[in-house]
Amino acid sequence: MTELKKNEKLDIVELLKDLDKYEPRRRGWVWREKAEDQHMGPFEFSEISKPLKQSVPLPPAKFMEDIDPQPMQTITTEIASGRFEDDIRRMRMAAWHGADHLMVIRHMGQSHIDGLMEGTPQGIGGVPITRKQIRAQRKAIDMIEDEVGRPINYHSYISGVAGPDVAVLFAEEGINGAHQDPQYNVLYRDINCVRSFVDACESKKIMAWADILQIDGAHNANATAREAWKVMPELIVQHAINSRFSEKVGIKPENISLSTVPPTATPAPCVSMDLPYAVALRDICDRYKMRAQMNTKYIQSSAREATVTHVLNMLISKLTRADIQSTITPDEGRNVPWHIYNIEACDTAKQTLIGLDGLMDMVELKKDGPLREMARDIKERALLFMEEIVENGGYFQAVQDGFFVDSAKYPERNGDGIARKIEGGVGYGFIFERDEDYMAPVTAHYGYNNVEQYGGDPENPSALIGGCTFEDRSKIVYIDELDDDNVNNRLEKVAKYRTGEVITPEVEWCGDRVVMLTMMLPINKRVAEAAAVELGKKLGLVDPEVISAEVMQDAEGTRIELKGRVDFDIDLTTLEIPPEPHYLSDKELYEEFEGHEHMKVVCGTVGEDEHSVGMREIINIKHGGIEKWGIECIYLGTSVPVEKMVDACIEENAEAILASTIISHDNVHYKNMKRIHELCVEKGIRDKVIICAGGTQVIPEEAVKTGIDMGFGRNSHGIDVATFLAEERQRRRGEKK
Amino acid sequence: MKRDDDFAVRRQHIANLTDEELYARFWELTDQVVDPLLELGKKNTTPSVERSVLLRMGVSSLDCMPIVNHAIDHGLMGKGCGHCVYKLSKMEDISIRDASIKLAKGEGWDKLVEAFKGGKK
Repeated sequence: MTELKKNEKLDIVELLKDLDKYEPRRRGWVWREKAEDQHMGPFEFSEISKPLKQSVPLPPAKFMEDIDPQPMQTITTEIASGRFEDDIRRMRMAAWHGADHLMVIRHMGQSHIDGLMEGTPQGIGGVPITRKQIRAQRKAIDMIEDEVGRPINYHSYISGVAGPDVAVLFAEEGINGAHQDPQYNVLYRDINCVRSFVDACESKKIMAWADILQIDGAHNANATAREAWKVMPELIVQHAINSRFSEKVGIKPENISLSTVPPTATPAPCVSMDLPYAVALRDICDRYKMRAQMNTKYIQSSAREATVTHVLNMLISKLTRADIQSTITPDEGRNVPWHIYNIEACDTAKQTLIGLDGLMDMVELKKDGPLREMARDIKERALLFMEEIVENGGYFQAVQDGFFVDSAKYPERNGDGIARKIEGGVGYGFIFERDEDYMAPVTAHYGYNNVEQYGGDPENPSALIGGCTFEDRSKIVYIDELDDDNVNNRLEKVAKYRTGEVITPEVEWCGDRVVMLTMMLPINKRVAEAAAVELGKKLGLVDPEVISAEVMQDAEGTRIELKGRVDFDIDLTTLEIPPEPHYLSDKELYEEFEGHEHMKVVCGTVGEDEHSVGMREIINIKHGGIEKWGIECIYLGTSVPVEKMVDACIEENAEAILASTIISHDNVHYKNMKRIHELCVEKGIRDKVIICAGGTQVIPEEAVKTGIDMGFGRNSHGIDVATFLAEERQRRRGEKK
Repeated sequence: MKRDDDFAVRRQHIANLTDEELYARFWELTDQVVDPLLELGKKNTTPSVERSVLLRMGVSSLDCMPIVNHAIDHGLMGKGCGHCVYKLSKMEDISIRDASIKLAKGEGWDKLVEAFKGGKK
């Protein structure tokens, strides 16, 4: 497998080669490990995990030695644009931002497809999960995990009417985590309840063999309920049923993870409502892992609002316990599943969890008072719910009687729960009793299996056929493509973007050309929405569409976010790219000016020139000037005669002269530079002094021609000057060419 | 079902349980809910369970559905679809894969019905 290089794109075409021969290198879920050394950069942490080899740190890291501490929680991101080949690049970006649980949402409707899908058709609302698609993504993720230096868990869904088929596929192809919850099938997909549970036994048995971490589907009750804060007792019941059921089939408790959501969101006082629930759930389900999902029920189209909900949800995670931190993208509410929002959400999780590191060494939850009373209340209601299921005749009867997703807070009932018939739903009538001579010569098969009739070993049924695909991968039948809707044809259409000839914006698919504009239109919302679309058209955008509108004030203005497509590409072969500015790092500059040798400079605006702002920007520590790195600046003021500048340099025994020259009439700025150089030569100090001059009209190449060492033009900053001074010094010491 | 909040009455018998007792009682009830579901799984099978068996035996995913459909038509689901493939491969001394390809095409089923002495319709 080829190694990825930081500055090179992952080659999708190359990746797709030889997939028939690809073998996953491991099975099972991997948790982050705590770093032995909790010291990083200038800080002492309490609970960070082992650092990454390569990553993109949070923006302020540049002030803190570029550290990128990673929290203990596994960080999830959900990626499924419908084109798995484009999702692969997003997965790489997400991994660099700290995600190590990549979840692929399935193509809409796949849960009703009887059997496995093959090939690589494009999906709607998700990706069609197939063997080829999984192999390509798993292979890419293997390369990405080597690149970032941390195992990455790959995840999808084992549900629907082909649950066991999919479970086999996942076990064979090295998938590490999966959603599996028969209650989800029953309540939200109307799959027959008996069928769902019989299938779930087999699926879970296979997951146990493959060491796949299971996540349940209980959080959907939260998203579906009319008033989500009332559904808390039922959430605990649903979590408990699936978890206990899974454990009894054979999944180890540490591979059973609850998908738990803080049920409420602002403007409710959500933390004080959600915290007792989180405590109650963790008290009851103490054996299992917690995957902290974020509240999506109330997300609107503001990414800012969604992000704050996410952060408040993570406060609950921190105050209680979360093993996996989910990051529903902040664009969930407007359904634009774009690259940038996955990355934003990963950064939000990392930023928040690292920001809260060490909090629990300082605070603890009260052992009595409203928190514990409310938690007890929720636990009692959950127990009574479970009790009524038993008294009412068991789980199926409870489903039929509409016990679940009722909008009232149990035991109150509004009679609006989701009711599903025991004898009904998708897959009803397809349940068959096993005969006495029923037999299945395979590993990880649940239930009655008479292999003894052929002299087989019940502990090892697949020995009858010399091992099944779980023991012998060569028996797996790999199918490449079945029709024209496939990845090769899609890639062919966007080939020009891969070869580097042209570039165009991309939000989710290669060459999609989508851009977003943010604007404030000083008018009411309804008019603003229409005006924004017209504005998009006038800008030449194709299919402009408002994706978010927020009232600033009913009459004064509306904040609009507009998406649309550009109808052109940028030709990279003719694009002029200015040379990249070269800077030394803070560390290198400190080492030069503080560690190696102190440096004193004299500076001022020369000639008949009263401009002072530019020079102050260059030297003043508050503006990121050169004082920051320990350079001592003797500031002589404005309209300083060039002679005075040179004399001051001699008197102060300074190493450099920094002259600001704004006025450029008759090239007086270059004349002044030339004069400074000549004076230094006359006074015999030229070889000891570095001469720099700067100003808005200064062209560096022209400045150097006057005999000085460097000129700085418009948009120069302290860092440019400091870098030059350090490197010039090093050159003069003979350390640098 | 509509019902007013009767929590105050309904909780009487658990009001005095300690947190530990409440925990134990909760999981005892959960066991009572899930145990019958586990039994169903042991005694029954479904098309998807059987397809998953066939996949593990090295049968192509494209052949799984036809085999299961033929097994249903011939009343052999109670024997197991993997069993059908296994039995035909033994009877004809052919590989599992070859047996599966034949059965997917609809061949060999009468032979199996005979060998299983009928099978449930």
